[in-house]
Amino acid sequence: MSETVIDLHALNHDDVVEKAAAWRETGKKVALATVIATWGSSPRPVGSQLAVDEDGNMIGSVSGGCIEGAVVHEAQEVMSDGKPRLLDFGVSNEMAWEVGLACGGKVEVWVERLD
Amino acid sequence: MRPETLVSLLAARASKQQVALVSHLETGEQTLVFHDRTAGDLELDETAISAARNALNDDKSGRLQTGNTPLFAQVFNPPKRMIIVGAVHIAQPLVILSQTSGYETIIVDPRGAFATRDRFPGVTMSEDWPDDALKNMAIDNRTAIVTLTHDPKLDDPALRIALRSEAFYVGSLGSKRTHAGRVERLTEAGYTGEEIERIHAPIGLDINAKSPAEIAVSIMAQITQILRNA
Repeated sequence: MSETVIDLHALNHDDVVEKAAAWRETGKKVALATVIATWGSSPRPVGSQLAVDEDGNMIGSVSGGCIEGAVVHEAQEVMSDGKPRLLDFGVSNEMAWEVGLACGGKVEVWVERLD
Repeated sequence: MRPETLVSLLAARASKQQVALVSHLETGEQTLVFHDRTAGDLELDETAISAARNALNDDKSGRLQTGNTPLFAQVFNPPKRMIIVGAVHIAQPLVILSQTSGYETIIVDPRGAFATRDRFPGVTMSEDWPDDALKNMAIDNRTAIVTLTHDPKLDDPALRIALRSEAFYVGSLGSKRTHAGRVERLTEAGYTGEEIERIHAPIGLDINAKSPAEIAVSIMAQITQILRNA
């Protein structure tokens, strides 16, 4: 029972920023993605975060796994030019073929670089 | 994010301060909005700052609907906390319920024999006297305080701090008679009726709970009710 307690406790902690900062400390390029808005059913609420490093390592989530791949790809661009980007994902989006949300929802994600 | 913004954000989180990170979604400029100050390179007018503080109080990240500037406020709130005074039997199921409900749980009990690691794996423990322990915990409006010892020596010092703190919930285990004695002592110690009425006693929702686990459920349910109705 004790292990369950500890695991559930860990699930309730949102320390993506701390982990992203620790990556940055080691000299890696790091981008932080944040859910800005959602429509319909989307698995992660506004404010959910995903950190990505230059090697493509991830911590946290911005969806139930539907769009993380695309966000990681865009994050590489953000890491190289330092310009933040606002990304739209949804079934009506032209990217739907690649990264459509299985849940039928829409989500807006902002990606910034940790300078 | 600029390095100095990240450093301030991490410091705020480490010291469990509430802070909103407001970002301009086009330029990427950012400012941290605290309850009493702001820090960052994004200039915000009073309307935007107060909208960000509202987001903090509502614990809700989102776009700020102020003018045409695309602003987003990311709320960083520390986890809710439950401070349990008394490492008694009821504390064991209560720890499990509070942790699964998303609370950081802390047990205070200066009696070494009660607060053993074996009985409370994975829980932060303090063996300080309750008033000293609580004074050092920066109790805020996301903290619940539960006293379970029904020993005035231990409960009263905790309540004396709790009643003048911002805690959103204060509850004390004990019969009506125990509570009457408690009210008398706190009144003598100079606490007002209004302050003393903050104590939920007898503790927990009235569900005829009998076993320690059932009483823990009634306490967790009452804390949830107070939190969500607030």
